[in-house]
Amino acid sequence: MALEWYLWLAAILFGIGLVGVLMKRNALIVMMSVELMLNAANLTFLAFARQSGNIGGHAIAFFVIAVAAAEAAVGLAIVIAIYRTRGAVNVDEVRALRE
Amino acid sequence: MSVTAEQVTFWIFAVPLVVTAAGVVIARNPVYAAMNLVAAFFFMAGIYVLLVAHLIAFMQILVYAGAVMVLFLFVIMLLSIGDEHLVKEKHKAMQLVGAGGAVALVAVIANAVVTAVEGRSWAAVGPDFGTVKAVGRVLFTQYLLPFEATSLLLLVAIVGAVVVAKERI
Repeated sequence: MALEWYLWLAAILFGIGLVGVLMKRNALIVMMSVELMLNAANLTFLAFARQSGNIGGHAIAFFVIAVAAAEAAVGLAIVIAIYRTRGAVNVDEVRALRE
Repeated sequence: MSVTAEQVTFWIFAVPLVVTAAGVVIARNPVYAAMNLVAAFFFMAGIYVLLVAHLIAFMQILVYAGAVMVLFLFVIMLLSIGDEHLVKEKHKAMQLVGAGGAVALVAVIANAVVTAVEGRSWAAVGPDFGTVKAVGRVLFTQYLLPFEATSLLLLVAIVGAVVVAKERI
């Protein structure tokens, strides 16, 4: 099994997550797509760590998981706050800065 | 592990992984998307094990499929989004073109990276590669400062989440 297969798999997952971020309107699903993109980045780190035999990639993946957990906590808190003040979970309806 | 066994295991995990990941984006109901994402995280952990990243695979299930997804489901239940919010997605042509262009860009970059690394062989790794011992040693020596900064980041995230989400403090 060559390294390329893992990289292509990560690229496909990143692309799926990117489409979700750009096209979904539900803020929760947008955040899930961001998690998917972070996972794709992790997969690339681990694939290169295995290929070069360098354990540093595992440490970076560890940090990515920690940052993703923090991002999910803060992001979901913002979603709750917006839903409470505006009753909206669709990202298209939250455009106070644009108008 | 022989090459063919690795290939079979890779495809066993990779195909459902892509299918469930697509399910996250296709699902209109956030609960279905969350369930698809949990499944995707489990298959991703299988790929990690294939890459001899046992600790990260374990943390993937513990932190992502456990903690983060429970948080997502709690918020979905808390918001109790009615059917009127699950509107049919209407996409502007600009949105479609933008998404297509972004995916094409990802494909071009991925193609460039893959051609650059083509033909590289796997390094031989010892039996302790990817174990708690090996990763922990790197984390507490070379990456000690980022590790401590992460603890600070998590503290800030906890306080920030409470401040933002709480009605009255």
